[in-house]
Amino acid sequence: MFTPGADGVNAPVGETDDDLIQLLTPDGERVHHQSYSPRVDHLDRVALEGLYRDMVLVRRFDTEATSLQRHGELGLWPPSLGQEAAQIGSGRAMAPRDYAFPSYRELGVVWTRGVDLRSTLHLFRGEDHGGWDPNEHNCHLYTLVIGSHALHATGYAMGVQRDGDVGTGDPGRDRAVVAYFGDGATAQGDVSEALTFASVNDAPVVFFCQNNHWAISEPTQRQSRVPLYHRGRGFGVPSVRVDGNDVLASYAVTAEALERARSGGGPTFIEAVTYRMGAHTTSDDPTRYRTRADEEVWRRRDPIDRMRILLEREGTPSEFFTGLENEAEQFGAEIRDYCHAIPSPPVERIFEDVYATEQAQISSDRAWLTDYLAGFEEAAS
Amino acid sequence: MSEQTTSGTQRITLGKAINLGLRRAMERDPKVLLMGEDIGPLGGVFRVTDGLQKDFGSDRVVDTPLAESGIVGTAIGLALAGYRPVCEIQFDGFIFPAYDQITTQLAKMHYRSRGKAQVPVVIRVPYGGGIGAVEHHSESPEALFAHTAGLRVITPATPADAFTMIQQAIASPDPVLFFEPKARYWDKADVDVTAADQVLDTPGDVRAVVARAGTDVTVAAYGPSVTTALRAATAAESEGTSIEVIDLRSISPIDIPAVAESVRKTGRLVVVHEAPTFLGAGAEIAARISEECFYHLEAPVLRVGGFHTPYPVSKLEEEYLPNLDRVLHAVDSVLQH
Ligand SMILES: Cc1ncc(C[n+]2csc(CCOP(=O)(O)OP(=O)(O)O)c2C)c(N)n1
Repeated sequence: MFTPGADGVNAPVGETDDDLIQLLTPDGERVHHQSYSPRVDHLDRVALEGLYRDMVLVRRFDTEATSLQRHGELGLWPPSLGQEAAQIGSGRAMAPRDYAFPSYRELGVVWTRGVDLRSTLHLFRGEDHGGWDPNEHNCHLYTLVIGSHALHATGYAMGVQRDGDVGTGDPGRDRAVVAYFGDGATAQGDVSEALTFASVNDAPVVFFCQNNHWAISEPTQRQSRVPLYHRGRGFGVPSVRVDGNDVLASYAVTAEALERARSGGGPTFIEAVTYRMGAHTTSDDPTRYRTRADEEVWRRRDPIDRMRILLEREGTPSEFFTGLENEAEQFGAEIRDYCHAIPSPPVERIFEDVYATEQAQISSDRAWLTDYLAGFEEAAS
Repeated sequence: MSEQTTSGTQRITLGKAINLGLRRAMERDPKVLLMGEDIGPLGGVFRVTDGLQKDFGSDRVVDTPLAESGIVGTAIGLALAGYRPVCEIQFDGFIFPAYDQITTQLAKMHYRSRGKAQVPVVIRVPYGGGIGAVEHHSESPEALFAHTAGLRVITPATPADAFTMIQQAIASPDPVLFFEPKARYWDKADVDVTAADQVLDTPGDVRAVVARAGTDVTVAAYGPSVTTALRAATAAESEGTSIEVIDLRSISPIDIPAVAESVRKTGRLVVVHEAPTFLGAGAEIAARISEECFYHLEAPVLRVGGFHTPYPVSKLEEEYLPNLDRVLHAVDSVLQH
């Protein structure tokens, strides 16, 4: 399954394949797992096609955004290429009332929460600090300070607990929270503190760590000497390790963890083993720290390819794939048009929403700038 | 190992000047070590540490875990054990996980040990805006650290100063916050990379300099704003106004005598920095100059800086930053008095 690269760079120290949950091999073969397979049994062909479509469209968006950045339309873009299965699988396991706290690469998760993906462009175009209403989608804004939001997710979960929305047995009421972060983030104090708070409070929160093997240029071994999912165990949080390029397994382990959380069983730590196929962000140069051969190993484990083989095997007609290709092309064009049309914000935006109520300090700064800019207009006319 | 540092004057960028300064300090003192995120094979996200791990090894150029509190906290311990750690914080907005270690521990160690414990830690922080970055990548938090006694806060504005000041910072027996004006990393100038060792005789003594002499108005600035002030001086000259530009270089302590001396000559002062003016370094300077130069002042001291808002989205940073026009506007205002 997961053989380390020749230089050993792919292998978190202490890694053994035995613990890895996998339901779909890179060759598109189903694998039976006693406790997790039943979690995906209800997914019929149409549902599987839906997961595939999710991954294809999210990837299309991602490639389009990367190229928009190259054309100077975005200041920056963090590609999610290669991580679609972890994100779609875990995101689709969530119910509408659950709440997600993404970091900044969670395009697929945001998609599953029903956020118009185009809103993610605003932040990276330097036009907005967020882009969507978190409450409308039960999906918080991206957090750029590594690890901070693991605590927010835990606190939110403690709120859910206090509201009594845990362990009632009513699926319309019980809720849980998912915190998304990377392998590097596990080194942050905030993430350790979040695990402590979640554990001692039995908070209904799932920590979903995408181990994509790199924190910018640093391999996972620079962050941890144990497999990441052991981190959770040290805090008394049940932990699992899943093939993050397997959408079915990602779905299954998250579904189980969410069920435990909603029913009052407390937090879970999930390590989804995946790979960032692209650069860290469009400012990064991965050739400085990793090899093509390494990337090639992971290209052969592509999450979308393996799902396609499964679908073809289970009888999805070729029209489905060509239809989806057209849909993705159309989607790409819409993204481009949308991005080009995002207007620059008015200058007053600088002063908006600093506080919930108007403050003298802000008003006087705003008045000063307004006057100052008006002076230029007068001079020009 | 380091043929770059062996000969004379070179035309280099500010980023490269820091790189050469670090290299020099590491060659001179085996106790100097660098620590930070992505500073090894990648050479840092701004490439300031480029090539250093290759030459000095991964024991002296350490790619740390992604944990700022950990970086500064362990640097304190290393310093207590006799090392001279130079920490890199990747971006200004990511210094806050380490804020506790810096302000409650690093700043006070010497004081509470009654001088018995020295913590010569340097913390390098790329800071300031103007590069079109996303949130948390353009901040100017220097006043927060300058407000904490026990820390020195310095910032170079030119490649030559970058080269010498980083070495002074490392040689300093006190902890130093070394703020690097990231928008100026790519600015080039001549640097004498062989003749700067005498600055180490006074490592704790970074004084302001007159970056350009003038007679009508003093403009005091530091870091990224010095270039803006110099451009303003050039522009003003064509209109017949002579601006004296003071490059403060150190924010804590602030070289008030140098500013006062200039103000006694010009009678007018404008202070420029990117950080919000509210309770910023400019507020301190304005207050001190009002006290010390009251009878020399022809006009109130004006400040040009950021508003009392978070750093805005990059599409609006041009309106937010103290640019050439805003400096000239302030200069005109003090001249109209
Ligand atoms: C507190 C903090 N320190 C440093 C950074 C700069 N930085 C941005 S992303 C990143 C690496 C993150 O790696 P990981 O947690 O593995 O997530 P990934 O980017 O691989 O998804 C770093 C160091 C930051 N955003 N926040």
